[in-house]
Amino acid sequence: MISIGETLRLAGRALRRNKLRSFLTTLGIIIGVGAVIFIQSIGEGAKSRVRAQIESAGTNIVMLFSGASQGPGGRGGAGSQPTITWEDLRAIQTELPSVRAVAPQINSQQPVISETNTWNTQITGTTPDYFTIRNWPVSDGALFTASDQASAAKNAVIGQTAAENLFGPGVDPIGQIVRIRDAPFTIVGVLDRKGQNAMGMDQDDCIFIPLSAFQTRMQRGLGKFVPGRISISAVSPEAIPRVRQEVSQLLRERHRLGQDEEDDFSTSSMAEMTSMLTSTQDTMTLLLSAIALVSLVVGGIGVMNIMLVSVTERTREIGIRMAVGAQPTDIMMQFLVEALVLSAVGGALGVIFGVGLGQLIAPKFGWTMETRTQVVFISLAVSAGVGIVFGLYPARKASRLDPIDALRYE
Amino acid sequence: MGALIQLRNLAKVYQSGDSEFAALHDVNLDIERGDFVAITGSSGSGKSTLMNLLGCLDSPSRGSYLLAEKDVAKLSRIELAKVRNEFIGFVFQNFNLLSRTSALENVELPLIYARVPPSERHKRAKESLERVGLGHRAGHTPSQLSGGQQQRVAIARALVTRPPLILADEPTGNLDSATSVEIMKLLTELQKSGMTILFVTHEPDIAAYAARKLLLKDGAVITDVRQQPTVAEVGVQPNYGSASS
Repeated sequence: MISIGETLRLAGRALRRNKLRSFLTTLGIIIGVGAVIFIQSIGEGAKSRVRAQIESAGTNIVMLFSGASQGPGGRGGAGSQPTITWEDLRAIQTELPSVRAVAPQINSQQPVISETNTWNTQITGTTPDYFTIRNWPVSDGALFTASDQASAAKNAVIGQTAAENLFGPGVDPIGQIVRIRDAPFTIVGVLDRKGQNAMGMDQDDCIFIPLSAFQTRMQRGLGKFVPGRISISAVSPEAIPRVRQEVSQLLRERHRLGQDEEDDFSTSSMAEMTSMLTSTQDTMTLLLSAIALVSLVVGGIGVMNIMLVSVTERTREIGIRMAVGAQPTDIMMQFLVEALVLSAVGGALGVIFGVGLGQLIAPKFGWTMETRTQVVFISLAVSAGVGIVFGLYPARKASRLDPIDALRYE
Repeated sequence: MGALIQLRNLAKVYQSGDSEFAALHDVNLDIERGDFVAITGSSGSGKSTLMNLLGCLDSPSRGSYLLAEKDVAKLSRIELAKVRNEFIGFVFQNFNLLSRTSALENVELPLIYARVPPSERHKRAKESLERVGLGHRAGHTPSQLSGGQQQRVAIARALVTRPPLILADEPTGNLDSATSVEIMKLLTELQKSGMTILFVTHEPDIAAYAARKLLLKDGAVITDVRQQPTVAEVGVQPNYGSASS
């Protein structure tokens, strides 16, 4: 076999001789690889956006709900019957080492009235720890404090969207008074902008008040029971399963549940949600990639077709080469490398095309592109593989020509 | 050292269905080194079959063929390719040059398959082109050359591996008589420099350039005579540079 450099040179020259044809043949591969890269990049981008949105809700969070009712009144969903007491909450906070912070929260959609506007927004009663758990600082002013919670002070922290709608642009919300259910609340802080959550809801359209104030003003609690849901943050993402297990064990003990009794509470973690949402994304990406891969195979058939034409067209050339001493393997390699170069160049152009297309289209739809090098290398390898697989038959056909017949071919 | 070519009972039989057709039967022939042989005969006499066998493009059905003491009758396709590359230079009636490829690169072709490195390849191809008087046309493609010049490029290609044997199949068949004379003079010069040359022709005045003339009929050599070859006029070099014909 002659050297690979020599064979490459021969292939490059043969392909350049028919530039338009080579390009059109390559187009199949370009589109195939381009589509794979584009879809993978968009899919990966969407996945990390979902992940980022979920993480914006707070990292390492375990949600704890009061249990379902099991009474004669029928079954209810999680949270329909309060079972978790303030004592339980304190125990979780103090007794479990994997828990960093605990905060209950209860919310209600209510009209809020400022001096100039009325705005319907989400009002959440919670404790100051909530902002630690959600990793949500103020951009202006201060959070309400533990003593505000203790005294049911009528202080409120407001999200950016709610602030804009209540006070209009250019007005400093700090110190403004708003009325919620006829009670005046003083705005003490404005929260950082959070953006949309995983469900597409605007997280900045909200007002937070101390849980105690919420209970006195809006919804009388049952005293010893914690209303609403409880957010628990674990010390690390790895500690999430441990937190769930420890919380469950602790509450079962405290509620004196027997071996055969069901939990009267339930927990869920953001990790579950993340994996659920990203696995949907993965399925979509996989499906679309499979379709893109089919177009790559179609491209490969195009390469095979044109190589067969090329072998027939160049029968006499093959005869001449054989007469002057080309061995069957030399001829085979010449055509195989030609097919390989066609599809590998197509693959490289396809990567550029796919990434370029993404850069062009993604911003228009607000998508994020995230091209993984791994995918690029796999696409290149697959397109080279397509070249070899679909180039093999024509190359073998060329190498098996009889030199006498080939020389006589008109 | 024996003859360059030794054929013993060489036969080629083509099978089509139940019937057999013997294109060549029991040819016994020795060709010495440095000989200048014309093979003549009407069409269908077996000339082409004999040339294909001598050129290792085809394998005989029976008999033996020793080329430079090497038995080539039963070699594989790969080994035959090596023999063609190393021992034989071909010249064809229709030149068989690669189109859209420069004269120099056409001449280099056998060296590529002989695995000669590029720099030496260029040097040797250039020398070979100069030897046929076309050093100044190295960059021209076949379509930019006249018929006579194309055939000289083909001869340069046949020479470039320095093979002991040159096989020419109707080398002047596509050329006018003036150009034919130039080509035959060139072949005569090469023979004088020690190469063995076999050529097929059906023109008596072209066959007259050979020192030995074989006549084939119905697949057998019927006459084998030595003759006084037509000699190229001493001191008159053909004008290789001009575009003749």
